[in-house]
Amino acid sequence: MNRSFLAENPSVMWFLGCLGLLTLGVTVLAEGFGLALLSTSMVKILGMTLCLCLIAVAMDVVWGYCGILSLGHFAFFGLGGYAIGMWLMYARTQGIVVESLANAPIPPTQEEINDAIATQIFGVVGSNELPLIWAFADSLAMQLLFVVLVPGLLALIFGWLAFRSRVTGVYLSILTQAMTLALALYLFQNDTGLRGNNGLSGLQNIPGLLHMPQSTIALWFFWASAAALGLGYLFFAWLISGKFGSVIRGIRDNEARVRFLGYHVESYKLVIFTLTAVVSGLAGALYYPQAGIINPAEIAPIASIYLAVWVAIGGRGRLYGAVIGAAVVSLASSWFTGGGAPDIDLGFYTINWTDWWLVLLGLGFVAVTLFFPRGIGGFFDMLVRKS
Amino acid sequence: MKINTLMASLATSTALLTAPAWAQDCPVKVGVLHSLSGTMAISETTLKDTVLMLIEQQNAKGGLLGCEIEAVVVDPASDWPLFAEKARELLTVSEVDVIFGSWTSVSRKSALPVLEELNGLMFYPVQYEGEESSKNVFYTGAAPNQQAIPAVDYFLDELGVESFALLGTDYVYPRTTNNILDSYLKSKGIADEDIFVNYTPFGHSDWATIVSDVVALGASGKQVGVISTINGDANVGFYKELAAQGVDAADIPVVAFSVGEEELSGLDTAPLVGHLAAWNYFQSADTEINAEFVEAWKAYAGEERVTNDPMEAHYIGFNMWVNAVTEAGTTDVDAVRAAMWGQEFPNLTGGTAVMNANHHLSKPVLIGEIRDDGQFDIISQTAEVPGDAWTDHLPESAPLKSDWKDLGCGMYNTETATCVQMTSNY
Amino acid sequence: MRFTALLARAVALLMMLACAVILRPGIATAQGALQPLLQEYQADLAKPSRQSIGPVIADLLTSDHPGMADFLRKWESREVYLRPDDGLFFYAEKAGDGLRLIDIDSGAPVAEVSSRDVGQIRPNAGVRRELAAALVPYELNAPDPARRAEALEAITRSADASQIAPLAGSIEGETDPGLKTRKERLLTLLIAQFGAIKSERLDAIAGLGGDTSIEARSVLNQLTGTRDGVATTLPDDANIARLLEVGTDITEAQAHDRLVAEGLAPPRQTATDLRDVLTQHIVDGSVGGVPLHQLNTVAARARAYEALEQAGTVPPRAAPDEVAQAVAAHVFYAEYLQPDPQITRAAENALTATSRTLGLYQTADLVLDGLSLASIFFLAAIGLAITFGVMGVINMAHGEFIMMGAYTGYVVQLFIPDYTVSLLIALPLAFGVTFGAGVAMERLVIRHLYTRPLETLLATFGISIALQQLAKNIFGTQARPLTAPDWLGGAITLNDIVSISTIRVAIFVLALIFLALLLYILKRTRLGLEVRAVTQNPGMAASMGINPDRINMLTFGLGSGIAGIAGVAIGLYAQVTSEMGANYIVQSFMTVVVGGVGNVWGTLAGASLIGFLQKGIEWFNPSNTLAAQTYMVLFVILFIQFRPKGIVALKGRAAGD
Repeated sequence: MNRSFLAENPSVMWFLGCLGLLTLGVTVLAEGFGLALLSTSMVKILGMTLCLCLIAVAMDVVWGYCGILSLGHFAFFGLGGYAIGMWLMYARTQGIVVESLANAPIPPTQEEINDAIATQIFGVVGSNELPLIWAFADSLAMQLLFVVLVPGLLALIFGWLAFRSRVTGVYLSILTQAMTLALALYLFQNDTGLRGNNGLSGLQNIPGLLHMPQSTIALWFFWASAAALGLGYLFFAWLISGKFGSVIRGIRDNEARVRFLGYHVESYKLVIFTLTAVVSGLAGALYYPQAGIINPAEIAPIASIYLAVWVAIGGRGRLYGAVIGAAVVSLASSWFTGGGAPDIDLGFYTINWTDWWLVLLGLGFVAVTLFFPRGIGGFFDMLVRKS
Repeated sequence: MKINTLMASLATSTALLTAPAWAQDCPVKVGVLHSLSGTMAISETTLKDTVLMLIEQQNAKGGLLGCEIEAVVVDPASDWPLFAEKARELLTVSEVDVIFGSWTSVSRKSALPVLEELNGLMFYPVQYEGEESSKNVFYTGAAPNQQAIPAVDYFLDELGVESFALLGTDYVYPRTTNNILDSYLKSKGIADEDIFVNYTPFGHSDWATIVSDVVALGASGKQVGVISTINGDANVGFYKELAAQGVDAADIPVVAFSVGEEELSGLDTAPLVGHLAAWNYFQSADTEINAEFVEAWKAYAGEERVTNDPMEAHYIGFNMWVNAVTEAGTTDVDAVRAAMWGQEFPNLTGGTAVMNANHHLSKPVLIGEIRDDGQFDIISQTAEVPGDAWTDHLPESAPLKSDWKDLGCGMYNTETATCVQMTSNY
Repeated sequence: MRFTALLARAVALLMMLACAVILRPGIATAQGALQPLLQEYQADLAKPSRQSIGPVIADLLTSDHPGMADFLRKWESREVYLRPDDGLFFYAEKAGDGLRLIDIDSGAPVAEVSSRDVGQIRPNAGVRRELAAALVPYELNAPDPARRAEALEAITRSADASQIAPLAGSIEGETDPGLKTRKERLLTLLIAQFGAIKSERLDAIAGLGGDTSIEARSVLNQLTGTRDGVATTLPDDANIARLLEVGTDITEAQAHDRLVAEGLAPPRQTATDLRDVLTQHIVDGSVGGVPLHQLNTVAARARAYEALEQAGTVPPRAAPDEVAQAVAAHVFYAEYLQPDPQITRAAENALTATSRTLGLYQTADLVLDGLSLASIFFLAAIGLAITFGVMGVINMAHGEFIMMGAYTGYVVQLFIPDYTVSLLIALPLAFGVTFGAGVAMERLVIRHLYTRPLETLLATFGISIALQQLAKNIFGTQARPLTAPDWLGGAITLNDIVSISTIRVAIFVLALIFLALLLYILKRTRLGLEVRAVTQNPGMAASMGINPDRINMLTFGLGSGIAGIAGVAIGLYAQVTSEMGANYIVQSFMTVVVGGVGNVWGTLAGASLIGFLQKGIEWFNPSNTLAAQTYMVLFVILFIQFRPKGIVALKGRAAGD
């Protein structure tokens, strides 16, 4: 990454500048800083939105630049969340258990502590044993490694199988959708060791920082999310600006031609697929401690379809488009379903936005696809070019 | 949202500067945290309307502490993380004095950490799996010993069932309930091979094989009974298949814990007459106050609407809260909580509900047979049973006890005489 | 003399009558009145329980009161009320908002009361079964065949040795041939289970061999029921079913648990027990000389216990091999509940004879279930196979067309109460509605996106969520009833094992009809020819005078219309909600992709594969349907890796995309 890269891509500078300003603004206004003009829940929403923007950027790279319409990237997002959630849950429970056993007449053995932790975590789903996959849950370092490794490996194996068989286009979309469906169904089962439908909860309470006010923690996570988005954006912008970027764009436009030019198309696709999966996992690991709970419904196929829609609305093939799409749609959703939007009284019928927001959103997708195939980002480009 | 939040935060910060913290500021605000969209809207919209009706009635009676009660309704959209987010908004931005809300266990567990962090107060109106007692939640629905265990006793004693099929949707309530029942049945001498368990996904529709499996259990020569914790829509397909295969309630009775008047309105009940449900309330309860309640509900929500058990839970919970606030003279959570303990209010089905120190109600258990008009014939009604936060039928939770009044702990281990934790296990 | 005696008796009778009338003004005829008799059992009759009602019913019936059986039948059907003020029983009929109480003996109306002033007595199903069983001897010869049939039903539900005699006695006089066969069969079953004469009983048992009905197997299984036993040596007098080998039949731990349960061995000391014992012996911050803070390992705790043991304060711990020794010293076996070995052997033989046919029938039933599931998948996916397979359009709103069809069925039923007629109207109407919606969608949206196939996915997804929410706004979130007519309500039953509900058969037939219809349209009609031409090369087709616009529109309409009909069919056996379509969309896509795109036969193959596969996995693990679905999806993913073009792959240039 050298000076010329940033010089050639003023949009990256613009983006990073805007992100920095936003972070500064939120920090100053936030409750954690003392001014309290932004409520903690608002800071959390903004932080979560930044994580969604990050996965949208990843989605834009894999779809907008490489032409793979993956309908399964939320599976990686969820896996990242689960990996960090396991540590958060385990460590917090461990603290509670150790504290409660501290008063016992005889100091507890390690086995007793482990049993108590297992009962505490899995008691609500009717089990009292710690499953094998929790073997490293006590180690933050290991679980952080899993945040990267698990989504990465899954993407690598899945991608290798799919690209090797030359599954492309719509078929690949359906296949990725089947992947996330299978994962969601698997996690929904109670016996799979991740608490089934209940998922992992209480993730906003960070072990070791239990007495730290949420307003502060929310702000920290906001900073972390902003930093992750900034770095992720920079990394992908750099990746697609070079020769590598040209090849993957070539794959998007005409896969056969790139292959005939002597490139090993499958490897390129696999690298992109895996890299974006890893970034999605990281985004998830930052998102769920802010949301507080992760469960299998989060990775149902529909979530990944929404992701594609954000990118489409924001404008494919331009990274800031993905950010705009994710931010606009998710914040608008939050506003309309939160009862913030005023009802519209038509005299004979009152339009209540809680009921009608999804109708509007759905028709909005149609309109964008039909009339603005380049999305909001494209509209933006047009303005810039005109001026 | 951003602007709204900004305005609200501005308003609160100025309010904090000017008003003394303890004075009662009008209006009294009641948060309603029920999903109005998404999969759970099916059940939860009714509860939102119930709370709004109760508030309207209370305001007609002159409000509370001389203030008008104002409802703050938000929509967590059946999205579990949103329950935490909206609970935080209600408590910090709207500054409500109490929340009525949640249906599924996972939504409650999502909101719990926020309630405990901010010392909020929530009334949870649905029958659930127990194994929890939060300082900040009052559970007005049934714990397993107020629904599942009496129903199984009814199966064992009254119907002579010897072979059990436990059918449930694959989530925490059926899993935990079936776990408790499994260990309870074994303590009653039912062998392992006489307990058939099956879990299906939400919204399952292909019931043919499962129903034939249940019918085939009859070949052991034992009386077969089905205990259903099947949730929501999936019941429609299940009961249709039961009817199609001609499963007569006299041969294989089915008792359901999640099927009430509201769910039955989605199907033709003529072939299901005689099958059972266990609740703490049925619309058909023939008492004066219930007649008034049903009438008020129909006037409020529409003639074709039915009442059900969680609605009664909100009815009791809301009135108890009103009385507790009146007694305490403030809506301050700690004062109201202390006033809630021992609070009494008449049940719609007769008798009196009492709020115990473990934050669960004492309520009667009713068993009803489905009638062809979609209502239930109450065939058994017990005296009030105190709700048990920690079941006595699982070895891990048998020594646990909840008592916020004297022990000040929701998860107290009686063997080691220590409080395991002050927060609840989410 | 005679006359005076008679007179005296008459006077006495009159006096009694008068007394009774004075005492109980509500009762007209005191002699032989039912009410006083019932009052003796007032509490049991008012709050009946299965466990206590048996003797009460028996006593009441032995009173031989002519009205008793009639009263009990009314009592059973919840027509009897109790007035708490005086504890009397009444019949009642509706009068305005309240009830008109009717005297049990005279049949005269007594008073009109509110329903809250009297209690309706509601005997539960267990009590009703007891009563029906008690009434069996009285009902077996009842003049009404329906009542006789009910009595036989009661025997099936609660069989009893005492029923053999009355049942055998009633066969002779039975006039209804159907009931007669039924009676004879029940008699065989009763003799097999309870017969007093051994030879008769053995014959009856042998006769049940190969009989797959549930009632026959239930009798045999009861005869071969076992209980677990453990002893130092095998008891001679017991009817041993089999010996259990420790290690193969049961684990050592299980064996030891049995010994503990029987009191034949002391329980092992668990970690918790050890901790509790140590806790009791804390002296000056240490146990047995081991300081407390060191007791946080298993080894240290063992050391502390040993020290206590040596000091003689606690009993010695079990030796490590004590469990093995105790288990080795005992035999474990299963013992028949039925003491007679001849009978158990006969029953076992009969069961073995049954098991072969049973396995065959179970397989047949599984195949039927698989076939039914496959036909449902096929019906849901076939519309998609046309739009996706033939036109290459990914229609995410396909599921919502299914939902629209189902809601059409519901709306038609609102207006037409006759279920048969409404179904006949709903099917074409659902086709019409969704055909229209499909055409509209094609004209307004999809037409503009033919060059951008992936974007049709987004646009149709938008339409899908908009339609779903619209349905919620219009019909509410609650599931709506869509009821099948009676002739589709039951099940087609071959025997107790092989049966399938009629509605599923109807869906299967519907799927076949559509398969035939589509094949006919595509292969034999002008439209089909044009569709195939446009599929293969739209440009060339257009230059041959075919209007591709029109063909695309019609094809899309046809695919959507079939989805509408599938919706009605699915709604008849499952729930109608705004989300029902979403449940089928991913499955339908997988069906089409697995089967091979662009081919009706492919969809059939895909649906069959997925349907049978799911049923097969369910059969391996019947307790977890969710796991079956998970593995099915995983299989589909792997399958596509190895056959990316599906089962029925198109050959040649058309396959390229």
